[in-house]
Amino acid sequence: MTVRTAFDQELQDLRDNVLRLGSMVDTAIGRSIQALKERDQSLAQQIIAEDEDINALRFKIEGDCVRLIARQQPAARDLRFIVAAMNIVLDLERMGDHAAGIATIVLRMGGEPPLKPLIDLPRMAQIAREMLRASLDAFMSENEQEAMDVTGRDEEVDQLFNKIFRELITFMIEDPRTVTRAMYLIFCAHNLERIADRVTNICERVAFVATGRMEEIPSEAGTETGIIG
Amino acid sequence: MLTTNSLNSDITAKVSVENLFFYYSNQPALSDISIVIRDQKITALIGPSGCGKSTFLRCLNRMNDTIPDIRVEGRVLLDGQDIYAPGTNVVDLRQRVGMVFQRPNPFPQSVFDNVAFGPRVLGLHRTANLADIVEESLRGAALWDEVKDDLEQDALSLSLGQQQRLCIARVIAVRPEVILMDEPCSALDPIATLEVEELMQRLKKDYCIAIVTHNMQQAARASDWTGFFWLGELVEFAATQTIFTHPSQKLTENYITGRAG
Ligand SMILES: Nc1ncnc2c1ncn2[C@@H]1O[C@H](COP(=O)(O)OP(=O)(O)OP(=O)(O)O)[C@@H](O)[C@H]1O
Ligand SMILES: [Mg+2]
Repeated sequence: MTVRTAFDQELQDLRDNVLRLGSMVDTAIGRSIQALKERDQSLAQQIIAEDEDINALRFKIEGDCVRLIARQQPAARDLRFIVAAMNIVLDLERMGDHAAGIATIVLRMGGEPPLKPLIDLPRMAQIAREMLRASLDAFMSENEQEAMDVTGRDEEVDQLFNKIFRELITFMIEDPRTVTRAMYLIFCAHNLERIADRVTNICERVAFVATGRMEEIPSEAGTETGIIG
Repeated sequence: MLTTNSLNSDITAKVSVENLFFYYSNQPALSDISIVIRDQKITALIGPSGCGKSTFLRCLNRMNDTIPDIRVEGRVLLDGQDIYAPGTNVVDLRQRVGMVFQRPNPFPQSVFDNVAFGPRVLGLHRTANLADIVEESLRGAALWDEVKDDLEQDALSLSLGQQQRLCIARVIAVRPEVILMDEPCSALDPIATLEVEELMQRLKKDYCIAIVTHNMQQAARASDWTGFFWLGELVEFAATQTIFTHPSQKLTENYITGRAG
């Protein structure tokens, strides 16, 4: 039985909007890697322009949350859900910034010849996107176990990052003329690594909605903070 | 059904209720209530109309005794002494456990006489100066500054919020240990409500307070512990922040989020 139909509808709208933002971010990440692979400058420009939409939706959602808190005096799970949504949209928006960061690197790279075929970077992006979608599914179902399962995959992303990093260092040592191009790729990989970390934040928020516990999900020792801060 | 960590040992129990059952002419109104009401804390009792909150509160100072054909089972310990034990002096009990009601109910007398009423009845004025008791009580109820210039004014000429604080002054004038409040703010406007809540925060340093409220935000704002009653049972009793952020019972959750009751 419910006597708060209007409130429930607003919570559902909030849920839908978070999902919409998540899917915009997912698309932005996918396109940023596509732009990187294809050196597509106009696509890169488009990603940077569309990041404004992501920012705007994030602030709209945050405003909705503030309004719900002020007007509905949410408690318990409703309150946890709204607080989690506010935190999640912040992480999503920052992931969008990372995608725009990759697009900016694509613009900087200009027409320089590729250093090497990209294999691990797209793989990293693929895993990060799968994690993102799974975290949003867990948010929809408010399922702690699903959220926990997602965080386990952060390790794969970290390992790929370390692999890419070592490989590019080798390039730079062997041929210093590759330094700029190698650094660009390291920055891209770093952006992806940070995206996956932010997915973990989302999962922490899902666990909070489900259980009321607010805690950091521990990651494997040493991989938690990347080599680049 | 009850989930509680109320029986922890690290607390100062002022009132311990153990397996309390209450019947109005064989109709059960409370069943198997166990709860510890802590000293120097505010305990809020919430729940839908008719769930037994007032009945429960009245059990704590035997105000139900005057109702014919009632039955009480279980124990209510005040500082470890069962108040239902034979030989309990009910007048003493009501002095130790005072009650503030929903509608301010000052006597149609002066402010002074309202506050002095209890001390006079109990003979406290024989050992202390009555005017001092009155001033101290009015100060304690955060009303002194507003009435000190005219203590002879008719209590009924005060605003409702002031009348309610006067009733609180009347209760604390007899130096109780526990103050029971049954929806003390439901007749008050928001500012007067906040004034009473503010007063409760001051009073809890010296008293054990239990308050029944229909205002969920009031319970969330003003209390340290919250008990949720439902159909005569205590469904959940926990720290207020726990009840309002992650209650353990679905029924509690539904009630405080406005989805049942
Ligand atoms: N004097 C009485 N005689 C018989 N039954 C009573 C009496 N007082 C209360 N009851 C019944 O006992 C039950 C609990 O009532 P009580 O007044 O304690 O509930 P409450 O939680 O305080 O409700 P409210 O929020 O409306 O004040 C109700 O079913 C009520 O009808
Ligand atoms: Mg009542």
